[in-house]
Amino acid sequence: MSNKHLTIPKIFMLAGLIILSAGLLFGLTGALQYIVPGFLKQFLSFEKTRPLHVSAILFWIITGSSGAVFSYLQQSTGKKIYSVLLAKIQCYIFSACIVLIFISYCIGIFGGREYWEFPPALGLPIAIAWVLFLFNYLKSVSGFKNQPVYVWMWLTGIVFFLFTFLESYLWIFPYFRNNIVNDMTIQWKSYGSMVGSWNMLIYGSSIFLMEKIMGVSSYSRTRLAFLMYFLGLFNLMFNWGHHIYTLPTHNYIKHVSYIVSMTELLIFGKIIYQWKSSLDSAKKYGHYAAYSLLLSADAWVFLTLALSILMSVPAINVYTHGTHFTVAHAMGATIGINSLLLLAFASDILMQPPAISNKKFKISLWTVNIALFVFWISLIAAGIQKARWQMSTEKIPFSVMMLEQRPIFIIFFIAGLVLTIGLLLIIYPLIKWPLMSSDKTGKQVVA
Amino acid sequence: MSLFICTMADTQRGIILTTLVTAFSIYSAHLYTSLPVKSYPVNREAGNGKQVWQRYNCTACHQIYGLGGYLGPDLTNVYSFRGPDYIKMLMKSGTDIMPNLHLSDEEINNLLAYLKSIDASGSADARTFKLKKDGTIEQ
Repeated sequence: MSNKHLTIPKIFMLAGLIILSAGLLFGLTGALQYIVPGFLKQFLSFEKTRPLHVSAILFWIITGSSGAVFSYLQQSTGKKIYSVLLAKIQCYIFSACIVLIFISYCIGIFGGREYWEFPPALGLPIAIAWVLFLFNYLKSVSGFKNQPVYVWMWLTGIVFFLFTFLESYLWIFPYFRNNIVNDMTIQWKSYGSMVGSWNMLIYGSSIFLMEKIMGVSSYSRTRLAFLMYFLGLFNLMFNWGHHIYTLPTHNYIKHVSYIVSMTELLIFGKIIYQWKSSLDSAKKYGHYAAYSLLLSADAWVFLTLALSILMSVPAINVYTHGTHFTVAHAMGATIGINSLLLLAFASDILMQPPAISNKKFKISLWTVNIALFVFWISLIAAGIQKARWQMSTEKIPFSVMMLEQRPIFIIFFIAGLVLTIGLLLIIYPLIKWPLMSSDKTGKQVVA
Repeated sequence: MSLFICTMADTQRGIILTTLVTAFSIYSAHLYTSLPVKSYPVNREAGNGKQVWQRYNCTACHQIYGLGGYLGPDLTNVYSFRGPDYIKMLMKSGTDIMPNLHLSDEEINNLLAYLKSIDASGSADARTFKLKKDGTIEQ
């Protein structure tokens, strides 16, 4: 079988889907460790399974979004990217790094920082790969005059990811790390903005895909599209302080973040305003894979943003911080929004439309959405229970509180299991289709 | 005419982007050069303890100021709440959930110094925060 039809975006997407599948299984193992204390404690204890899960999902996001940017950039400009070789090197570096990261976790070698828990030396090749991405992108875009909003969003996402990723390594200098408050302030400054940067890559691609499906390109050049982009960028730059309201850091950081976070209400209002037209469009264009995934993500944007705005009010954050509310928010964002959008891009890039039957796909997607909703609600329930414990004047031991949460964690695990099955049912044909199809079926003409 | 409008729009976009990037750069530079805690005792043991904390990936299960994993308790003020002997005993034996990491005495002492320095940095107890009517909090 020839693999000439495996274009650069397809290679990125396939690598991302394989990493996602591994990440789901690690996540499931971690969830099981919540309800079976000591499960795999000697071989793969929680300090290993959690980073395995988190790193896999982060690499799925950066690999998948890179693939989407390469594909849609080529379709947008009608030209091949500047260098296929550089893109291949980028993909191979990402793939090699995640394998090395998995190995390092399994043998217990850590860098020990939230999100990027691998040894700091592995950050260097990731940064180099990202510089290659930036260079390739800049050389592939012929200029920024009269470009649609997604071209700006992609550039913003690439530049800010690189900046925040490097910023997250400032802790290697004693000046930044010697005091815990200073260290955590800079750490969460970088992480808060980093999430915004990959959202730029993903949301930019979703605008392109939505216009491609609908056959119109009217939105991406409008004043509203650019206003929303600048609002997103404003939040990316200044709202990160809502992660550290309870840290004894500068008060101005918290006040700036509080005010900036409230501007997200404008995005929230826009979603509600556009809700009906989205649903009408769904009927008009039919519920095939990519469009249905985009619509599902829309619903999760609504729920996640609502929770996010509430958690950005410091007086409410006091209750939700350090509880599973934060996990519910993270899961809603990474699964409900980022992963569903990335799967929409993957199905658009990897498959010809009849590759999966509409019926099978609908069942899988409904399974994912229902399971994710139960999963999300169970995390909120666990969050409420922990918030009550945190605020209680009775000194109930942590272990007793965790034991009381066990029924919720059982529901959480079962929902997680069904969610994993649903996602794997969507992922499997996406991986199988391009690998099984011959050159004749791979109609994509771009690199 | 339409080209003119597009060029104008690009100029406007450029101005907004430049303004935002400039504001962000100033904000970041200001923060880097005026970190929240300016003077603190430099403690070599606590510095080594931070390395031990990271080497064993303690953050996967434990939180500091509510940030980290949720399988174990928040350890911001554990030093004053539980005391060094209790913490030492847990570090040496592990629990049903926490593996015995077989830490050396030096690593345990360094970790204790690190937890002591975190404890001295402030309180993570949400019950002690004062909620204001405008939605902000006072620590």
